[in-house]
Amino acid sequence: MASTTRPRLGVWKFASCDGCQLSLLDCEDELLAVAGRIEIANFAEATSAFAPGPYDLSLVEGSISTPHDAERIREVRAQSRRLVTIGACATSGGIQALRNFGNVDEFRRIVYARPEYIETLARSTAIADHVPVDFELRGCPINKRQLLEVIAAFLQGRRPTVPTDSVCIECKRRGTVCVVVARGTPCLGPVTQAGCGAICPAYDRGCYGCFGPQDTPNTAAWSRRLRELGMRPDEIARIYRTFNAAAKPFRLAAEAAPSGDP
Amino acid sequence: MDRPALQGPGGPHPDVGRRSVLGRADFSRLLASIRTAGYRIVGPTVRDGAIVYGPIEAESDLPVGWTDRQEAGTYRLERRADGALFGYNVGPHSWKKYLFPSRERLFTAHRKGASFSIDAEPADDAPTAYLGVRACEVAAIRIQDRVFVGGAAVDPGYAARRRRVLLIAVQCAQAGGTCFCVSMGTGPGVTDGFDLALTERIEGDRHEFLVEVGSERGAQVLVGVPLRPADADDVAAMVATVDRTARSMGRTLDQNGIHDLLLGRLDDPEWEKVGERCLACTNCTMACPTCFCHSTEEVPNLDASQVERWRRWDSCFNLGFSELHTGSVRTTIPSRYRQWMTHKLASWFDQFGSSGCVGCGRCITWCPVGIDLTAEVRAIRSNAAAGRPPAAGGSG
Ligand code: SF4
Ligand code: SF4
Ligand code: SF4
Repeated sequence: MASTTRPRLGVWKFASCDGCQLSLLDCEDELLAVAGRIEIANFAEATSAFAPGPYDLSLVEGSISTPHDAERIREVRAQSRRLVTIGACATSGGIQALRNFGNVDEFRRIVYARPEYIETLARSTAIADHVPVDFELRGCPINKRQLLEVIAAFLQGRRPTVPTDSVCIECKRRGTVCVVVARGTPCLGPVTQAGCGAICPAYDRGCYGCFGPQDTPNTAAWSRRLRELGMRPDEIARIYRTFNAAAKPFRLAAEAAPSGDP
Repeated sequence: MDRPALQGPGGPHPDVGRRSVLGRADFSRLLASIRTAGYRIVGPTVRDGAIVYGPIEAESDLPVGWTDRQEAGTYRLERRADGALFGYNVGPHSWKKYLFPSRERLFTAHRKGASFSIDAEPADDAPTAYLGVRACEVAAIRIQDRVFVGGAAVDPGYAARRRRVLLIAVQCAQAGGTCFCVSMGTGPGVTDGFDLALTERIEGDRHEFLVEVGSERGAQVLVGVPLRPADADDVAAMVATVDRTARSMGRTLDQNGIHDLLLGRLDDPEWEKVGERCLACTNCTMACPTCFCHSTEEVPNLDASQVERWRRWDSCFNLGFSELHTGSVRTTIPSRYRQWMTHKLASWFDQFGSSGCVGCGRCITWCPVGIDLTAEVRAIRSNAAAGRPPAAGGSG
């Protein structure tokens, strides 16, 4: 970036829990370097000061779940030279995309006293379903090292190094004993994208799939194995339906697992 | 460069080949002596439901009285009836985690005005004793030696670490459910490439170790350790142990003509079949003690004033591994499985003069869906024998 002025960063929130933005705040030491190098023009979690666009880099957290959001994201896109989505909500619709598999009108009637005040879309969708996105950073929440890598890459005008391999490769690199093989514990690692550092298997848990599908997810083979490990079809459908329920390979895997709902 | 710097200029030490017997009660004296000689010890230890390799501070860190039961896609720790120290087979870790670490910083570059400087990474070459190296593992280390230090380009980090290894082998007294070292000609007996080799003998009240000296540095760590000379019975017991293990292999792999068989069946229908089961998860390659593939990654800080170069284990099962400027060469899972197996069992001969497989069985046990390369070879062999199409052409 040859410009003499500092690149301007915008951080935007849509339907989300703020956890991914907090990952940016969590980079305290590194953030000082970021703050010196770039102008943080819009970041509600860090400052109430708001500077108008355009932005050199926008980080977008959250999914599109209301008609208003669907408008707002187009405005953000128009104001941003580069737009990077961060987190499962922004990249796949998030946990709130579970509504996609139910009836929103029904939810609205049950949950809210005055449902007519609630303006919401029938589906929660990824930002990329609405506007062109330059890079999608996965995770629920995102990994702060990967976030710094993405910011560094955009500042330096290169492609971020964010592998789309399985969680298993990180699990093996850190020397964790596979919980599937050694304990028969179900794990989504083989079909999930790396990035978290394979945290859960290191604590004797199966992977929950927070980073969404890996680049070549063989969910059919994995669901067969999960059956062998003793999971019921409805349990299999459910483990694919969490933070990345609407990511296509996980959505199809959940649909393919015959429903055993009571 | 098969055994870097294990022998002094004067040739083999006169003690090489000497066999003696160490009583179980004196085993900790051996550990103490190894440490006194300046080595840190790494070896088998129970952790998270498996026998892995880690630091050995005391005898109690060893998997005393533990064994494992292994099948395709399954591993279970079990209690033994006796107090064997080495009564298990190879687990999820291999010694490559020390010689070829999964993540390694290679150097750091600093920007200096219009120029830059490079800080070499200090060599981590602390003398280290590898305790409990099995025959297949000695063979695997030898294969990685050839890859990392045996050619024109020598990997300095690997070479530095390798030079400082005291290799203490153990003869397998049982074969695991996924073992097939006999087929690969790599075991179960360790015959060379060690500094010391132990055979554990448990019969009634007798619990001893036959200790064979393989090098001068092996002989040196035995100085002061209470030993009695081995007699014919001790040696016969060792031979019988290895024979018994050889007869109880969990698996076999027919290597006959395998190079031409596999490379002539690149269109075998089995690749598609195995590809339907394979997850492209990389576990087989991570667990394999000979797989050496890695990628290097530049890690700059935010203002790019400093860039670290890291090397990390990578795998032919990853889409990105074969990415060229137009995209990945191996987009399908069958093509990745085929790449792995044909390299390991066939084209490795062309590249390094041996098979890339030592028959340790790790890729079978630690595959989450239990894909078994010995079964895959059998399927392809039977397809070839039956003249099953579409093998003609062999493109791909
Ligand atoms: S524990 Fe899960 S992530 Fe780790 S290797 Fe096993 S299947 Fe893969
Ligand atoms: S290919 Fe499998 S059996 Fe052969 S050395 Fe590698 S892990 Fe062991
Ligand atoms: S063969 Fe097994 S361990 Fe290897 S990539 Fe395929 S599923 Fe994973």
